[in-house]
Amino acid sequence: MATPLVFENRPKIIMALLDSWIMIKRSCTHILRNTDQLLGTFFQPIMFLVLFATVFGGAISKALPPGISYLDFLMAGIIIQTVAFGSTTTAVAVCNDLQKGIIDRFRSLPMNNLAVLNGHVVSDLLRNSISTVVMLLTGLIIGFRSHASALNWLAIVGLILLFTLAFSWLAAIVGVVAKSVEAVQWLTFVMIFPLTFASSAFVPTASMNSVLRVFAVNQPITQVVEAVRALILGTPVGNHVWLAVIWCLGILIVAIPLASWLFKRKSA
Amino acid sequence: MNKDYVIEATGLVKSYGDNRVLNGVDLQVERGTMLALLGPNGAGKTTTVRILSTLLGFDAGTVKVEGHDIIRDADKVRSVIGLTGQSAAVDELLTGRENLVMMGRLYRLTKASAKARADELLTDFDLQDAADRPAKTYSGGMRRRLDLAVSLIATPPVIFLDEPTTGLDPRSRLSMWAIIRKLMDGGTTILLTTQYLEEADQLADQIVVIDGGKVIAKGTSAELKSKVGKDRLELVFKDAAALKAARKALGKDVISTDDKEYSATLVINDTNTDVKRVLDALVSAKISVQSMAVHKPTLDDVFLSLTGKTNNQVEQEEQ
Repeated sequence: MATPLVFENRPKIIMALLDSWIMIKRSCTHILRNTDQLLGTFFQPIMFLVLFATVFGGAISKALPPGISYLDFLMAGIIIQTVAFGSTTTAVAVCNDLQKGIIDRFRSLPMNNLAVLNGHVVSDLLRNSISTVVMLLTGLIIGFRSHASALNWLAIVGLILLFTLAFSWLAAIVGVVAKSVEAVQWLTFVMIFPLTFASSAFVPTASMNSVLRVFAVNQPITQVVEAVRALILGTPVGNHVWLAVIWCLGILIVAIPLASWLFKRKSA
Repeated sequence: MNKDYVIEATGLVKSYGDNRVLNGVDLQVERGTMLALLGPNGAGKTTTVRILSTLLGFDAGTVKVEGHDIIRDADKVRSVIGLTGQSAAVDELLTGRENLVMMGRLYRLTKASAKARADELLTDFDLQDAADRPAKTYSGGMRRRLDLAVSLIATPPVIFLDEPTTGLDPRSRLSMWAIIRKLMDGGTTILLTTQYLEEADQLADQIVVIDGGKVIAKGTSAELKSKVGKDRLELVFKDAAALKAARKALGKDVISTDDKEYSATLVINDTNTDVKRVLDALVSAKISVQSMAVHKPTLDDVFLSLTGKTNNQVEQEEQ
């Protein structure tokens, strides 16, 4: 106890931001130290991309407009699917923290507790960005070509990040509500699987029956996939970009306060 | 004279549905002292600590820590307390040093200050060699030490130790006790919960015994023991005949006998005069004694007389 302690003396809002920054660093360190999960982040996207492209490519390419290869069509869908599943790691991380004693430690500190959620959600952006880059590079190796302009790519990156953020906050709600990590796994699976498969991620919606099509065309993942796909292929984007942005912002507006409220209540 | 209470809880009540886990608990901890909250599992120890450390709301009563109301000024309370819970609350993927620095930063220490303090604590708690390994590679004792170190990062004047040695091997327990004693020497006010009577006896200035959500006794270790009773003298004889003769010679002083061990137990008020009197009586009746021993009451006896159960019985019932 020889050295006198020096405390930060800054406005409350700055301290709250600093708390979030500390927790983001913590969660990012988790990503880098958790080698099993890191391997998954690298290899799962490669596996999905190669399997879908080679297994479905032959059959589905017949249903595509002429001049578009299935790989080019698939790219947007597979990225969004991977990112949607990837966001569920937020749920696991939040649930893990709540199950273990560490949440009591954080709560006994004079910190902003929501920083814990911010840390997991923001670090998820990092992991999903790694997955997306791996997927794009794999795509390029097996023949994916895009004619998108630099501006289009900027829009693509922005949309994917916004979508990841929205789904990570949804996942945060699951992480808070679920009673165990096992529950998180099946809950997120039940949530994400129908949304990604009953969408235009892997097949054109024109081939679906009418009931399924109504759902598929109007749900958020289709909007995001269609927007990203049009930007990648350089075809007209129509309303998809705006609808995708509105969906994502809508999810965020509901999910952030809801997750925060549930988190405060659960940890109280 | 007004005493300088650092922790003051009055009439704490906490229920989960119909289950009333705390039923009017009062506690006062004086500055620079240690109070041990002693009781069996489920007595309400952890609930009390969780309330006092701002983690849990309560239904009735008032709590002040360092003069701050725990409800109105929770953040002020949080900046003067440190908490070490039952399960070591450290981040397993971060190294010991990273854990300390992170918690220091969350306690509002500057980066340089947090790092310097982390170094000090790693040395004090004998964790230098493991400082840069992830905490998941630590042994149970190391984890507890890191956990305690983390709660001391900002040298809070008040520390809550919730069963800090439960599940530790005897050597780790002794080293934990040494660390806790050092903290007490430094003037830290401590509230410790424990199921181990010996731990409360060894460390605490004041002991509060709780059972079923109520305080059933409080005082120093010596005061509690004296409540239970006086010293006892145990005499062992060579056979049943000798025991019978002794019983006759000593009369009503004998409170119990054991016919298998040929032993008799007597209550004594003053060790010198009473032992002499008993021996004189035996000598004049020509009864020889195989062995004799004076027993001071233990906290185990306190526990037995207060709850009607020994601590061992409580533990067995739970299993």
